[in-house]
Amino acid sequence: MSPPDVAEFGASLSTAGVIPAAETPFVELRDVSLLYGEGEDGMMAVDHLRMTMQRGEFVAVVGPSGCGKSTLMKLVTGLLPPSAGAVLVDGARVTQPIKDVGMAFQNATLMPWRTTKHNVMLPLEVVQPHKARLRSNRAGYEELADRMLASVGLHDFRDRFPWQLSGGMQQRANLCRALIHQPKLLMLDEPFAALDAFTREELWIVMQDLWLERRFSAVLVTHDLREAVFLADTVHVMSNRPGKIVLSRKIDLKRPRTLESTFEPDFIEIVHELRAKITEVRAS
Amino acid sequence: MSARHKRIQQRLAPWVVTIFLIVLWESACRLFKIPEFVLPSPSSIATALFQFRNAIYENALWTLVTTVIGFGFAVVIGMVVGLAIGASALVYKGIYPILVAFNSVPKVALVPVFAIWFGIGAVPAVLTAFAISVFPIIVNVATGFATVDPEMHDLMKSLGATQTEILSKVGVPRSMPYFFASLKVSLTLAFTGSVIAETVGSNHGIGYLMLAASARFQVPLVFAGITAIAAMAVVMYSACAMLERRVAHWAFRNGT
Repeated sequence: MSPPDVAEFGASLSTAGVIPAAETPFVELRDVSLLYGEGEDGMMAVDHLRMTMQRGEFVAVVGPSGCGKSTLMKLVTGLLPPSAGAVLVDGARVTQPIKDVGMAFQNATLMPWRTTKHNVMLPLEVVQPHKARLRSNRAGYEELADRMLASVGLHDFRDRFPWQLSGGMQQRANLCRALIHQPKLLMLDEPFAALDAFTREELWIVMQDLWLERRFSAVLVTHDLREAVFLADTVHVMSNRPGKIVLSRKIDLKRPRTLESTFEPDFIEIVHELRAKITEVRAS
Repeated sequence: MSARHKRIQQRLAPWVVTIFLIVLWESACRLFKIPEFVLPSPSSIATALFQFRNAIYENALWTLVTTVIGFGFAVVIGMVVGLAIGASALVYKGIYPILVAFNSVPKVALVPVFAIWFGIGAVPAVLTAFAISVFPIIVNVATGFATVDPEMHDLMKSLGATQTEILSKVGVPRSMPYFFASLKVSLTLAFTGSVIAETVGSNHGIGYLMLAASARFQVPLVFAGITAIAAMAVVMYSACAMLERRVAHWAFRNGT
């Protein structure tokens, strides 16, 4: 194995060859800082954060708890404006919540008053151009939702209510909802953290299959290093608060990755390397 | 078998309890020879109900109509104000103190004022029913709306949803169980309101009938009036509960 890239700003991208380094990045964080609160009480959540991400890349962000990973997500999607620096998505500066994003959180946040299928169809009622077409092409969109649900094994549960589903099933439905409007960018905030180990690994496979099929750009925030290495093309390690990227590690394991491959030496080596870095930043 | 048995038991329970209490009441009246103008027995109340059925029917209908109109206004205005308060911190800060102050005013004290403004008749009863039943609806709808999951809010915003869309797709359905819970409280309050108004400033309605009856010491008729109000309230309450089952069925997770 090559020695770990300790370059700070994703400069290591050139070592892998999967994505041409010359392409302008899809997401770029330029020296982004975010201050919660004001004056003396203010707390620096992230500090001069720099990160880039290519179109169609699957990026994972790991780090000690409270390091501002979720803040990073809100910055990228424009839910929070940065105090300093700039966030660029698709070459344009983000000043308000950006459209064309799919989001999935640790809680499935499905609406209990809608059936699973109608939950999945929610983005179609809000996001253009689907919103305008939904009424005239209802059958087509219903079929799309059925297909999505079938692809994650939920076909028989489409007319059930979310609270009738297990936690793993709810998260599958959540992923369907995040993807049905074919967003350019998928943001995953610890979506599998509340699940048991077996269900979680099962959903890694589901997630990878969806990504291999559609090749959307994805940012995954997680505590789980195996999860990060399994799913991502690049893993960014964040430091303690105020968060900044201290390591960007390219994962060039071949795809599709299997659960078996998580026990192979090169996989484990990467996990160890990330773990060592996190231990180091936690101590500092 | 056992499940069915249980269901039958649950069906019968309210009837058994009610009949038991009526029998207890009847026998107590007979056993202790309680005079009719102190506490009439259920049988004499039933006799009065039958004897004055026309007067009771007409006045009960009057009360029902005024209550339902007042309650209807309370539902519509309570919904609108509740959503406004729940959706906007500014509106909340602005009008909540006034609402609390208004709610703490004894509504009986308002009836003479309403009577002076609008004369004796239906309007004071409608207004009193409205005034007494609107507050619980406002507070509950606002609570339902203010407790929307922030992640749900983020999700809608990240989809580019407008404030109106968030309101209609998340806020309103989310507040429905709270809304129906408040309806059950408000409905009985509305009856109280209109009957109180009728006893003070009206010449129609069950409240007026009861007042007139008690002035003539027709105590069984007073109790017949009470029975009529109670029956109307139970019917209306059941209607609300049925509507709740249809609209907010998802809030009853285990079919209980």
